[in-house]
Amino acid sequence: MNALPVLLAEAAAPGDQDLVALALRVREHCLRMTAGGGCFVGASLSCADLLVHLYSRVLNVDPDALSDPGRDYLLLSKGHDVPALYATLAELGFFPIERLGNHLKTTDSIYWHPNRSVPGVEFHSGSLGHLLAVGIGIALDIRLRGGRNRVFVVLGDGELDEGSVWESCLVAAAQRLDHLVAIVDRNGLQANCRTEDLVPLEPLPAKFHAFGWSCRTVDGHSFAGLDEALAGLPAVPGRPTAIVARTVRGKGVKSLEDRADRWFASFTDREVEALVRELHGGEPAFLASEGKVVR
Amino acid sequence: MSAPATYEHALMALAAERDDLVVMTAENRAHLRGLPEALGPRFVDVGICEQTMVGAAAGLALRGRTPVVHALATFLTLRAFEFIRTDVGIPGLPVKLVGFVPGLLSEANGPTHQAVDDVAVMRAIPGMQVFCPADLGELVEALPQIVASRAPAYVRYTAAVPAVDHVLPFAIGKAEVLTHEEGVSILTYGPLLREAERARQALASRGVPVRLVNMRTLAPVDEEAIVDAVRPAELVVTLEDHFHRGGLHTIVAETCLEHGLAPRVLGLDLGSCFFKPALHADVLRHEGLSGERVAERILDALCHREANA
Repeated sequence: MNALPVLLAEAAAPGDQDLVALALRVREHCLRMTAGGGCFVGASLSCADLLVHLYSRVLNVDPDALSDPGRDYLLLSKGHDVPALYATLAELGFFPIERLGNHLKTTDSIYWHPNRSVPGVEFHSGSLGHLLAVGIGIALDIRLRGGRNRVFVVLGDGELDEGSVWESCLVAAAQRLDHLVAIVDRNGLQANCRTEDLVPLEPLPAKFHAFGWSCRTVDGHSFAGLDEALAGLPAVPGRPTAIVARTVRGKGVKSLEDRADRWFASFTDREVEALVRELHGGEPAFLASEGKVVR
Repeated sequence: MSAPATYEHALMALAAERDDLVVMTAENRAHLRGLPEALGPRFVDVGICEQTMVGAAAGLALRGRTPVVHALATFLTLRAFEFIRTDVGIPGLPVKLVGFVPGLLSEANGPTHQAVDDVAVMRAIPGMQVFCPADLGELVEALPQIVASRAPAYVRYTAAVPAVDHVLPFAIGKAEVLTHEEGVSILTYGPLLREAERARQALASRGVPVRLVNMRTLAPVDEEAIVDAVRPAELVVTLEDHFHRGGLHTIVAETCLEHGLAPRVLGLDLGSCFFKPALHADVLRHEGLSGERVAERILDALCHREANA
């Protein structure tokens, strides 16, 4: 898990500029949500590129047809990375961007885990290891109706400790749900520890293969890589596909990157402004606030 | 059209009527043998994966299906509890959970298989309907209404033959009052209705009048039937194959508190102990829940009251 590629705007292909700009705005929103109570910023920054890519180039979803039965589904199973989802959905017109300012307010429902009252959020999560199962049900119904739509489930790598994930992997393979795609945000860190130090997951692709899935590995911060990994699905007809997206927790802000103590963070307004400056190429932010232990 | 003869036939009839019906199981096929052929892809056996089954049921319900989810009651309600509470209960999806061999029906399997806390855990979930049919006829009669309801539901499965002549058609949230006498009020649910009826007859022969109430639905509960049974009674008896806490005894206690009633209540149940694993008739006697033992325990309670007076 060392020497992960650190790519941002400078490495982007010309066609990727819009996505890079969008991902930067999404990251800025995530950083702003660390003020006034905080959020799971590390996980959010790690999957920001993934979500931006999926919503921009992969998913067949339309903010004006949220209940279209032919739409693709994205389920955020690990859940605490939801600031990146809120920000992506808001930027893409699922709801007004100003609503992000309601983060943690009792007058709205923009809180630390996803819920269906936010337009574009398909299902709630927060308890790990649930949404691959829910995705199986959605995929079963799509097949019953002869639909062509697909179900993408974003999982955290720490989440893979949950036995229900592997139970669902067995069932998805048994049911031959090749329109089901699991994307693992493989940032190498769970709440407090490196995954490989606590409950090692490697060789992860081999595990998915052994459970009857096909598996691709990709740099989860490379839009070109994601284009390739998410093209031509299913990778093997009759099998569900796992995409192991190698990512960096806190990606895009050096002061937060790859740190176990920056999973959940609550910063002062001054610190947030420093982090936003750092995101846009400024000096490293000085952070007096400690990371919060929430697990 | 005559009523379906079995649970399986009832599900087939419902599936023919309703495109939304899907039946799922975690490889508990004993009473579903004909469904794979009859339902085709609308029958989904996930294998021994209760958590995934319940999560997938929620996913199917999100897409407009009404899944009937059939599995062993303990593993369904306990192993998959958090999936039921989180994926079905929080969004209030119309997933119909059917617990096989609940209460004493697991016979000699031992405590791992004893769903004697299932009512307690299921009724703790907001919006969850809890049904405890007394016999197969009642289950088959209730199924179309249970499936038609848009609420999540838990059903204690039974294939028992009827122990009484039912006097009231099934309706969600309505108890069936089988006898209306004032004296001892016995409230019960599920196959123990047979033992309650035996006890009623034995007590009647000793001159003790009994009001017998078949609860049928424990959530939403028929509060009026409970209050009507409690008000005139010298002794209220709750009879159930469940732990003392969290089931009908608790429901009656809550209802009495809310209505300012303080009756004398005898809880005939499993207390806080798993039951002795054995064949059903032997378990009933051993646990003091057979009709004969129930009548004796009620007479005892009445005598002690008189002795204390």
